[in-house]
Amino acid sequence: MSFNAPTPAPDAASAPALTTATVTATAPRIAQDGHGGVQASGSWTALSFSSARHWKALADSLQRLPASADTAWDLRPIEQLDHIGAQLLWNHWRKAWPAQVALDPQHRAVLEHVARYDCSVPVDPPPTFSQRLQRLSRSGSRALRVARDFLALFGQFVLDVGTLIRAPHRGPWRDFSGQLYQFGATALPITALVGLLIGVVLAYLTSNQLRNFGAETFIVNILGLSLIRELGPVLAAVLIAGRSGSAITAQIGVMRVTEELDAMRVMGIPHGFRLVMPRVLALAIAMPLISMWTSMAALLGGMIAADMALGISPSYFMSALPRAVPLSNLWLAMAKSAVFGVLIALVGCYFGMKVKPNTESLGRGTTSSVVTSITIVILVDALFAVLFKGVGFR
Amino acid sequence: MIDAPDAHAPTVVDIRKLWTVFPSSRGEQVVHRDLDLTIRRGEVLSLVGGSGTGKTVLLRQILGLEHPSRGDVTVLGQPAGQLSGRAAASVGMLFQHGALFSAFSVLDNIALPLRELKLLPEALIRDAALVKLQMVGLGPGHANKSPADLSGGMIKRVALARALIMDPPLLLLDEPTAGLDPESADGFCTLLRTLHRELGLTVVMVTHDLDTLFDLSTRIAVLADQKVVVAGLPREVIANPHPFIQQYFLGGRGRRAMEALHGDDVPDSQR
Repeated sequence: MSFNAPTPAPDAASAPALTTATVTATAPRIAQDGHGGVQASGSWTALSFSSARHWKALADSLQRLPASADTAWDLRPIEQLDHIGAQLLWNHWRKAWPAQVALDPQHRAVLEHVARYDCSVPVDPPPTFSQRLQRLSRSGSRALRVARDFLALFGQFVLDVGTLIRAPHRGPWRDFSGQLYQFGATALPITALVGLLIGVVLAYLTSNQLRNFGAETFIVNILGLSLIRELGPVLAAVLIAGRSGSAITAQIGVMRVTEELDAMRVMGIPHGFRLVMPRVLALAIAMPLISMWTSMAALLGGMIAADMALGISPSYFMSALPRAVPLSNLWLAMAKSAVFGVLIALVGCYFGMKVKPNTESLGRGTTSSVVTSITIVILVDALFAVLFKGVGFR
Repeated sequence: MIDAPDAHAPTVVDIRKLWTVFPSSRGEQVVHRDLDLTIRRGEVLSLVGGSGTGKTVLLRQILGLEHPSRGDVTVLGQPAGQLSGRAAASVGMLFQHGALFSAFSVLDNIALPLRELKLLPEALIRDAALVKLQMVGLGPGHANKSPADLSGGMIKRVALARALIMDPPLLLLDEPTAGLDPESADGFCTLLRTLHRELGLTVVMVTHDLDTLFDLSTRIAVLADQKVVVAGLPREVIANPHPFIQQYFLGGRGRRAMEALHGDDVPDSQR
């Protein structure tokens, strides 16, 4: 050390034999002396109470003590008394000093400390009738408020897209490409795996039924139509809702908790343009591609299973597919997926923005986001099925 | 200022030949090199140093949240981090931003370490938590509030009550008065001084607030050049010729803080 204090610091090696403070605690005890007196000893600290053996023994002997106010207490043998120990004694005395008590001054100070404070928690008065009525009116309009806020978010998104079209060079392209990679490219393995397995399962299930009718070749029609038109897009959307929808909510929610959202607003960076729009656009573009990818994986699984279960060769499968499934089905699936993508991203952003700065709200927001977006995906899918029932069938 | 304990008091924290090395983009960054520090019972030791000198890292190593690259940290006779289970009864920590659990009410936050023992009766736990709440200067009316409803100063007080619930012999404070208005900061210092006297605590604190520093510390340890360059009474530390110390304590802010505290105590040679 080049810079020494003028006098040696107390921790210098010259200090006499070092003693070390350690965490030890002797058992707290209570003993009756036979003349109506009680003697307490040992260490009455939270540390010694944290040993189950010590605590059980002490609690038992405290319980056995006759509860009379004229017991003479001798606390002088107590080695250590902290606030928890003092509280235990005080509660045992029913929050009043016993008639006779002998104790050391420093222990008396601790007990007086505990005795000084009031230990009743104020209870909130029950809500009055008008308060209940007000709460009811607020909760009734909640659905309307959610709808309004969601509409505002969507409107803002449309306006932001307008801004982007007018001045594309000022768009948040880096955010956009980053999100595209996150939502799209990194989702490929899991969607492929799930799609492949669903295709295999579906092919095995239907092959059993078709064999009964001798209509084995129709497996191409069933798999092609159901996977491309329905299962592929919905499966992909559910996976992405769980994967990316929750991520969007958590990301924006944490930005709320750490005041990053406020910082952005102060700098004049609009949330809609920089946070919502890149995510929504990225998912609108990634979702149809993932949906097609999932359908492809599922068809591959179905093709393998059909070959193994029914002996339908992959080459026949490939040649029969375009005849069984008109191309319009693919376009319908892609359009549907783009809508799913927009909705999942918007729902994720909506719940992310609604997060309050605490951990509980973050967890709740993420759950609501996933549940809501999956529900909306299935509702919208049903809507598409009804609206386009005349499209894509032969 | 609090009276310094005698030099023969038992050792609470003992740091020997501590090395902390963080991997960085350009090889390794050495934060502590052969750092020695001994903290005795009853002391209020302040850790002082520039940004990036590893003050908070040192606190986290005392708590056992981080492990040193080399060297030993002994807390209350045991290696740091081996106190788990009964840790709350040995070491209390006041985090810089309080670290209250936002899912629990104020009372439940304070009572949590006691509840986790799963032994003590509920009435005792509640009363003990209420006593601690009032000891840090908050009324029982705040007991049912959630941490989100509290101001910054109140959060620090609740966090202190939680750190003290099991009356640990060692209390660590990370920037206890940062972000508090002067009145709250003064109140907090008074509170800490009272608690230190009544509970016989050993306090280790990281602070940049010179008023708090001179108000509370019995000893100041200055971290610079990857080690403790000097540890001693405040008066001894400011007399040290190390350039960092001169700049830190005798720069404009430091001089104002000391003049306000000591009147014309500062020797002329240092003016």
